[in-house]
Amino acid sequence: MALLEVRNLSVDFATTSGTFRAVDGFDLTLEPGDITAVVGESGSGKSVAFLAMMGLLPWTATITSDVMTFDGSDLRGITPKQRRRIIGKDMSMIFQEPMTSLNPCYTVGFQIKEALRIHLGMDRNARQARAVELFEQVGIPAPETRLSAFPHQMSGGMNQRVMIAMAIACKPKLLIADEPTTALDVTIQAQILELLTSLQEETGMALVLITHDMGVVAETADRVSVQYAGQKVEQQAVVPLFNTPHHPYTAALLAALPERATTKHLPTIPGVVPGQFDRPKGCLFSPRCAMATDLCRTTPPPVAGPELGVARCHYPINVPVEQDA
Amino acid sequence: MLKFLLSRLLTFVPTFIGVTLISFSFIRLLPGDPIIVMAGERGVSAERYAELQAQFGFDRPLVIQYWDYMTGVLRGDLGTSFVTKKPVFEEFFALFPATLELSICAMIFAVVLGLPAGIIAAINRGKLFDRALMSTALVGYSMPIFWWALLMIIVFSGWLGWTPVSGRISLLFYFDDVTGFMLIDSLLSGQAGAFRSAAVHLILPTIVLGTIPLAVIARQTRSAMLEVLSEDYIRTARAKGLPPNRVTFIHALRNALIPVVTVVGLLVGTLLGGAILTESIFSWPGIGKWMLDSIYRRDYPVVQGGLLLIAVMVMIVNLTVDVLYGLINPKIRKA
Repeated sequence: MALLEVRNLSVDFATTSGTFRAVDGFDLTLEPGDITAVVGESGSGKSVAFLAMMGLLPWTATITSDVMTFDGSDLRGITPKQRRRIIGKDMSMIFQEPMTSLNPCYTVGFQIKEALRIHLGMDRNARQARAVELFEQVGIPAPETRLSAFPHQMSGGMNQRVMIAMAIACKPKLLIADEPTTALDVTIQAQILELLTSLQEETGMALVLITHDMGVVAETADRVSVQYAGQKVEQQAVVPLFNTPHHPYTAALLAALPERATTKHLPTIPGVVPGQFDRPKGCLFSPRCAMATDLCRTTPPPVAGPELGVARCHYPINVPVEQDA
Repeated sequence: MLKFLLSRLLTFVPTFIGVTLISFSFIRLLPGDPIIVMAGERGVSAERYAELQAQFGFDRPLVIQYWDYMTGVLRGDLGTSFVTKKPVFEEFFALFPATLELSICAMIFAVVLGLPAGIIAAINRGKLFDRALMSTALVGYSMPIFWWALLMIIVFSGWLGWTPVSGRISLLFYFDDVTGFMLIDSLLSGQAGAFRSAAVHLILPTIVLGTIPLAVIARQTRSAMLEVLSEDYIRTARAKGLPPNRVTFIHALRNALIPVVTVVGLLVGTLLGGAILTESIFSWPGIGKWMLDSIYRRDYPVVQGGLLLIAVMVMIVNLTVDVLYGLINPKIRKA
């Protein structure tokens, strides 16, 4: 049985100027131990979809879906109390900004042990031992002394390690990492990604990596789901995706990778993700697509078969990308 | 911590000098002559006037007068009231406990009601309770104090007869001052019903004086909580699966307390200066009324000394607030 199954998830936000659909028909199936990357630009609804599964969206959000199950429990009709038994324990999440994601008023030790007490009911000594063990696991030097440090006394990379330690404290079955390296220095980024993949190997948990960085995807993920303007536009295993992208958006993202650039200027995707008021009538990507036709501008595209990476496109590409050596 | 306290105490010095300078010069800028005021309707002869001027030192240059005043202050001598001929220091501390007792009760009233109200409003943002509370707070904030006080007296003292109209305690009781706080002294006196009488006398002044602070604290708590509740670390706390009460009171409230403590500190500062309106309406023998009367009488030493002592109290409150910041949020803690 799949660990996480989501079918046709949509999230609408009530705003003063009407409703805004942030996520539109999101599908995802995760098996235990999968590493899946969800890729897309800012505003493509990738974080919102997972925040909806965690139940962390503000009350202005309306969440609808055909299926949303995690580890055998239906997340749709669940009471807040039942959900709190799952999130932070079997399904946990880390966020983009480690410096602001930890409470400045409490020591990092307090914030880790809190989860251990609530979910596992450990006593004082067990919590201390487990917290030290977790800090060692995520590579924080001198764990005993660091436990009594406040977040502002540590670097961003160390704080992200604390966040990871907190997220894996109760041995989750699924860890959702929402742009875990975006706010960090490049040198630290690699360390954190390495830590995440090695923890995944050790524990066998499933890992979702939300990112806009194709480089991160190539290094870590097994499968990739590409999101655009709230919709999934393509899904493939990582190697075929990099070799043969089927959706023009995926192809454009890959072409924008510096290491793939063949010209002096780095290719970019002109324009921005459509917002609430400039949603195109047909294919949502058509205004920015180099290959768009009149059909693309007027009619929403069908979803292609799995052989074409379930690409949401009228004219899926099916030629391998030319790569230099 | 000690270093922090000492450095803060050093900043008291310029504030202290500033306050003496301002109180000294402003009261002299006011038209009106203390000797003429003291003489009253009878008037005073030119010789007697010159004699008095020499006695009070008004015939000497202002700079010298200020120097004399400052050297006195540094020796702990704030001068003697022109009117009562009692030392200012003694008068102040005879009246200050009444102001302090009323201020403390008003602040407790405001905090105990305002903090939870603000928290509940923030959690239920936009719902009925929130709207009702915020409109009530606006009314409370804009209500003229004298009108509110009279309304309370008419309803609770007049119609219902539940509370006395004025004073600190019923005339039936008499006991010596020990602490100056009527609530404590009445208990110490051991007289039956004395504490009850003191408490009942406090109710209306407390409500009247606490109304504006209550409104300010409720609004400030609400907005601080709303801001904190949208922080990333609150999302983290919720992502951990913590119960809502724990998220609100352990994770959010402590962060939201910083602006609330600031406001409470400022409010306490103003209350300690004496609530002139409230004290006048309820015949409360505090320093607000005393200061006002002294200004009318051009009682220079009382105005100068009183302002200085009030300023010191306010500085102590500010220092306490600074120390509290560090206790609440370790990020602000000084080395």
